[in-house]
Amino acid sequence: MGDYILLAVSCILVNNILLAQYLGCCPFMGTSKKMETAIGMGMAVIFVLVMAGSITWLIEAYVLKPFKLEYLRTIAFILIIASLVQFVEMFLRKSIPALYKGLGIFLPLITTNCAVMGVCLININEEYTFVQSLVTSFSYAAGFGLALVLFAGVRERVLLARVPKPLEDTAIALVVAGMLSLAFFAFKGMV
Amino acid sequence: MAKSITQEFVKGLWDEIPPFRLVLGLCPTLAVTKSVENGLGMGVAVIFVLVCSNMLVSLLRNIIPSKVRIACFIVIIATFVIVVELLMQAYTYPLFLKLGIFIPLIVVNCVVLGRAEAFAYKNSVVRSIVDGFGIGVGFTISLVALGALREVFGSGTFFGIPVFGASFQPFTFMIEAPGAFVCLGLMLSLMNLAENK
Repeated sequence: MGDYILLAVSCILVNNILLAQYLGCCPFMGTSKKMETAIGMGMAVIFVLVMAGSITWLIEAYVLKPFKLEYLRTIAFILIIASLVQFVEMFLRKSIPALYKGLGIFLPLITTNCAVMGVCLININEEYTFVQSLVTSFSYAAGFGLALVLFAGVRERVLLARVPKPLEDTAIALVVAGMLSLAFFAFKGMV
Repeated sequence: MAKSITQEFVKGLWDEIPPFRLVLGLCPTLAVTKSVENGLGMGVAVIFVLVCSNMLVSLLRNIIPSKVRIACFIVIIATFVIVVELLMQAYTYPLFLKLGIFIPLIVVNCVVLGRAEAFAYKNSVVRSIVDGFGIGVGFTISLVALGALREVFGSGTFFGIPVFGASFQPFTFMIEAPGAFVCLGLMLSLMNLAENK
């Protein structure tokens, strides 16, 4: 049990998917302008990533490996993620409309979120067991959500500040992300 | 509307240069630019994928039904990414190891998908190829520039060759994650400054 907690902490804080491994930067910049959208995106990523992480692990272990089809991994994973996202969207619309309303517009965006694909590949590269990859999928996604929400909070304040003209909008956002990343840097060596 | 072929190419180099103008494809930009070599390798891989996928999407643009186009684009792109992956594994193995999971992640690089959707699906084959090449070269230039900046200050080398004397203390901040974000932000602001003069 202790190992899993350690793994989770390292995925959330030390190897934060956004700020230490640079995955998922596009939605990070795109959906962090408002706190509400940031929370929605964070939730949607957690939801999809846990499912994608477990399904891709199963496919890798029971389909690709036994048939020596590892070279098809990229195409197989992206198709799984894309269809999973589509499926989740349809399922939520029919059965849990409230959740669908909350996540709705963010779901399609997740297909091209490299954090999802990235974590699936990391799980395979690190040769995690099924339970371990479940833990990493959830914690990486939680780390993503945490960074996104923190960043959205800062960004709402930056909007009110006076920023030099050339630095406006995306440029200052990137510099702020750098500072946030520096803060997360302090967790290095913790685990 | 009717732009000349040269214009299609040149727009990728300044007007629509990724990732500065189109804020897409940030993840590989930040992650692989620890050195010039990595940036260049990634750039060339992206040029290849972009040109091939643009060509194929454009060839098939009358066949692909618009409802499932995104799925079709992804399959096409993924195919070429696998080609690049296998080629790099065969011929440039050290680089392949350094770029790691960022090669398969070209699939989800928004620049490639964005060009398929915004350009290749609506334009002729020749134009699409030129557009893909232009954007790809633009992307490579950005990666190399950022890589050069980070490598020179972060490890005091350029293409692995030391540029400063032995007394130089590397500014490690630059090659770590925070430096990547800050550098990219500052480069973007410099571009804005140049534009608004």
